[in-house]
Amino acid sequence: MTELVSPARSRLRPADGVRVGFVGLRTRPLRTLLTALGIAIGIASMISVVGISASSRADLLAEIDSLGTGLLRAAPGQSMFGDQSTLPETAKRTAGRIGPVTAAAGLTYTTATVRRSPYVDAGITGGIAVMAVDSNLLDTVRGSLASGRFLNQTSPDVPVVVLGADAAARLGITSLDRHPRVWITGGDGHGEWFAVIGIAAKTPLAPELDSAAMIGYGVADELYDTTASPSTLFVRADPDRVPDVRAVLARTVNPQSPNEVDISRPSDALEARAKTDAALRNLLLALGAVALLVGGVGITNVMVISVLERRAEIGVRRALGASRRHILTQFLAEAGLLSVLGGVAGCTLGAVVTAVYANSRGWVVDVPIAALAGGAGVALAVGLLAGVSPAIRAARLDPAEAIRPV
Amino acid sequence: MSAVLELTSVVKEYPGAPPIRALAGVDLRVERGEFVAIVGPSGSGKTTLMNVIGALQRPTTGTVKIDGVATSSLSDSRLSAVRGRRIGFVFQQFHLIEGMSAMENVADGLLYAAVSRRQRLRRAAEMLAAVGLADRATHRPGKLSGGERQRVAIARALIADPAIVLADEPTGNLDSANGAAIMSLLQQLNADGRTIVLITHDRDLAQALRQVTMRDGCIVADSTVVAT
Repeated sequence: MTELVSPARSRLRPADGVRVGFVGLRTRPLRTLLTALGIAIGIASMISVVGISASSRADLLAEIDSLGTGLLRAAPGQSMFGDQSTLPETAKRTAGRIGPVTAAAGLTYTTATVRRSPYVDAGITGGIAVMAVDSNLLDTVRGSLASGRFLNQTSPDVPVVVLGADAAARLGITSLDRHPRVWITGGDGHGEWFAVIGIAAKTPLAPELDSAAMIGYGVADELYDTTASPSTLFVRADPDRVPDVRAVLARTVNPQSPNEVDISRPSDALEARAKTDAALRNLLLALGAVALLVGGVGITNVMVISVLERRAEIGVRRALGASRRHILTQFLAEAGLLSVLGGVAGCTLGAVVTAVYANSRGWVVDVPIAALAGGAGVALAVGLLAGVSPAIRAARLDPAEAIRPV
Repeated sequence: MSAVLELTSVVKEYPGAPPIRALAGVDLRVERGEFVAIVGPSGSGKTTLMNVIGALQRPTTGTVKIDGVATSSLSDSRLSAVRGRRIGFVFQQFHLIEGMSAMENVADGLLYAAVSRRQRLRRAAEMLAAVGLADRATHRPGKLSGGERQRVAIARALIADPAIVLADEPTGNLDSANGAAIMSLLQQLNADGRTIVLITHDRDLAQALRQVTMRDGCIVADSTVVAT
């Protein structure tokens, strides 16, 4: 009598497939750990690259945010004949009349040099520029003071000086407690003691102030014949109206020859820095990808060995009813679990590295969730890809052959 | 009685030049509840016959019906299911999977039948108790003696309630005392109504059983002995 009923298909529940893959890993813990480590290193390096560059970027953006994007810088450019031109003395006043402009402040380089005392050789200037500045300059560029106070309306004519962060360090002046003085000599050799009344913090939007000794216009004129024509003019405006201001600024400050005025936006440099980091980041990401690739090859290698070692198990599972597809699933699950293990370890490690590094630099810690998810996903993909070929080998084994002792 | 195994003109050739004919037209019929020993020297085609009976290989020509199902035209998935649910394998090397307890090994006999894990483990506990190893359930195979391992393997073979238990030299790796114990366990199972096909080169084991003698890929003798 013939039974016409077609027998059922062999079936493996998905959860059981994962469980069977897990048994293979559990049986050889050291090998599992070492193989997962390969993936973990690749993922960790990628996550930390993304995390560190995101943290650095977040920090830069926060800085840009606090400094504002409303600052414009006007400097004399070159005349048609290649000579250095100057801004007219009226530049500051006329710039202040532009509607959206909230503040304008200038600085003028002098020929003077600054030293700790007259006994220091005149040639040792430390690269510090002595400049006459407006009393609202620091506010205009959103700079701040590390200690002391800035020049004010009453002090342009008295011999007091505010040092930029780098200038103070070069002169060896770290505090104002002992009322330090510096010796400022004009181009004609005439010197004068100046009391240091303030030390500025770093000014990212006007880096030239960092290595400057800032004095008032009045005293600069009196002692060193400094003109009132600004070497650089800073103009702060409503950030939304900056393009409008920019369009008219050159013509306003120098109506005679507007094309001799160079206008720039200092915050653009910071934004550019945030962008240029991307190139380096991509390079490092590529290195991380190479590490990941090596990890993937490690998985393939280990899986190939595993298939050879476990011929008998494969044969037994086939005898117990596993179809070719189930064997394929088992080894893919094993490779996938291995790489997810590595991926999770790598994500954790990468996040920790990012946090430690960002903290050491005083940055905001920013590990993008997308990077973590991406890292885990990429790890899984690498593992599955690495497992395909060994899994196919395993599935193709002839059960009768596999079961026989070699 | 109905036939649980039916081989008709089964030929199995392995590729080669000329092809190697491992089975040269085998006809065999095993009824439900029988205990059959397939005996013969090595190279006689015993192993190939076992592979064909166990649905591990398909015959080149001829038909094989296992528990009423003709295996020749089945897909891999369905053929695998025939192995998993209608045949229980017992091997000379035990072939337990390291890294899993005895109970999990037994439970894996139902892994590819889509039975829930809870049910598999419950059945496995019953099967282990039935072969006298209830107290060894959590042991890894490496911690068991040879005789115990073979009992675990038998429990695994039985868990899916197969139509045929196919035992390939089940005592080959055991000392005589353990071998005798395994044989009496198989006899016990047969007495309970199991159909058992034993492949062995040891004629002593086959005494008092129906002996199918193989030589050069053919059945040369088939003696049905009534057990006393």
